[in-house]
Amino acid sequence: MYAQLVETGVKRVKALDEMSPEERAFQEKIDAEIKIEAKNWMPDAYRQTLIRQISQHAHSEIVGMLPEGNWVTRAPTLKRKLQLMAKIQDEAGHGLYLYSAMETLGADRDEEIAKLHSGKAKYSSIFNYPTLSWADMGAVGWLVDGAAIVNQVVLQRTSYGPYSRAMIRICKEESFHQRQGYQLLLTMMKEGTQAQKDMVQDAINRLWWPALMMFGPSDEHSPNSAQSMAWKIKRQGNDELRQRFVDQTIPQLELLGCTVPDPDLKWNEERGHYDFGEIQWEEFYDVLKGNGPCNTERVATRRKAIEDGAWVREAAVAHARKKQQQAKRDAA
Amino acid sequence: MNQREDLIQYLLRLGDSALIQGQRLCEWCGKAPALEEELALMNVGLDLVGQARNWLDYAAELLADGRDADDLAYRRDERAYRNLLLVEQPNGDYAVTIVKQFLYDAWHFQVLHALSSSSDERVAGIAAKALKEVTYHLRRSGEWVERLGDGTDESHQRMLAAIEQVWRFSVELVNGDDVEQRLAAAGIGAQPDEIASAWLAKVADVFGRATLPVPPAASYFYLSGRRGLHSEHLGILLAEMQFLPRAYPDATW
Repeated sequence: MYAQLVETGVKRVKALDEMSPEERAFQEKIDAEIKIEAKNWMPDAYRQTLIRQISQHAHSEIVGMLPEGNWVTRAPTLKRKLQLMAKIQDEAGHGLYLYSAMETLGADRDEEIAKLHSGKAKYSSIFNYPTLSWADMGAVGWLVDGAAIVNQVVLQRTSYGPYSRAMIRICKEESFHQRQGYQLLLTMMKEGTQAQKDMVQDAINRLWWPALMMFGPSDEHSPNSAQSMAWKIKRQGNDELRQRFVDQTIPQLELLGCTVPDPDLKWNEERGHYDFGEIQWEEFYDVLKGNGPCNTERVATRRKAIEDGAWVREAAVAHARKKQQQAKRDAA
Repeated sequence: MNQREDLIQYLLRLGDSALIQGQRLCEWCGKAPALEEELALMNVGLDLVGQARNWLDYAAELLADGRDADDLAYRRDERAYRNLLLVEQPNGDYAVTIVKQFLYDAWHFQVLHALSSSSDERVAGIAAKALKEVTYHLRRSGEWVERLGDGTDESHQRMLAAIEQVWRFSVELVNGDDVEQRLAAAGIGAQPDEIASAWLAKVADVFGRATLPVPPAASYFYLSGRRGLHSEHLGILLAEMQFLPRAYPDATW
């Protein structure tokens, strides 16, 4: 997950008979569900789309450490602190997997990170919302990681081998985080005080819609989806995944004894799905453009980390070079 | 003082130092100089908070006054905290963070090594588990001391400044008190003099490879983390760390 609007640069999906022989062979391979690997030929637009998507995904893991890092020094018990630290550590690891997968496409990690810091590259809109109470740690685990899993489970079958394999590894850890987040909220709702219950409901009220936005624009406003689906980078439409998320999440919400901030939410017997209200798309596009609650702070924090750390990385390189020269002298 | 009280004090010292060092590492989240360091800092912090929980669990059992490890971590004021002054110092730049970590790891390793053969089985068990983790911490922080000390001119200068800033806190690492002497004599605790000389040898070795001078022994300066006489940094750290349990005393998290 965490890549919700990815440019393909392709206006219209070509039919097989419009393709060059190379393109056609590639598409037939995709259609036959054969994974594309790093050394295989691929259309440049496929390569660039994947670089954009995987880097967005990787950036999201890294920026996503910040809203949780905000509470790691304030976690209320040793057990919760340990859980949160383990989770943040996993996220840094996911970022590393994903940057590696991205690099198999010939992209450079530092260049892509520079794009994040200059505001050119995106990351998931969800991490631009502030974490204002401890309950947000549970809500992020349950709703945000929950939405991520719905997306990522599908991406395990994405057509590019290295990305697909990264997703398989990441999903295992994400599911664990999601259960922990939910259990955290359940403890507050079932064993907590009224103040804690209010905290949980408030967290859900603030994060529900932003979590639904994680699936990206509705299909009719998702011009890049058709090509991504034809290439089987994406396997399912945004709306279908969003619906799946709502359907699986509402029973969990009911078990908590909470509500969602959506007066239009109701079970539709005929469809066998929940109907739900319209997303505030203006807010979605605003946040994606950089005008959300925490966009400025998130990017500034990441940029500062890398700038302040420049001397550390330079020292590591200089020291490694000295060691290498020493080894050469010793060998001579 | 009887031995049980000595042991409680000792467990609080071990647990509090690990917890406060872990808390400082948490502050680095999202701000480290490289992604690999994000992972490493959180990993080390996670180990230390886990160790703190083990020590505080045991301390709480011995106290037997109805408090558990969380109560000890979240409801004691700074005057009751028993951590080393070194670990409560602010993170500063990466040189300060690395020097603090290394000086602590080099001490911690020796202490745990000695404690893994403690005559108190529970102490020996916790120490043996922690020693595996701290062996890794020490290797890592020692390598960073070397990289930064023997890296660029800037990194070397920053390391010199960092050492100057935190060295005086090493006074606690090389001077045990009566509690520690008594526990060592009883075969329960680590022998402070042995810890001190092994610590200094390790520091001299790593600083030597890092082209950094070892300063003269630090002198006593009228504070003692062991007796709850802290620097002004700890109160603020605890205010942040303890906010939720203090604000919602009846809550279950």
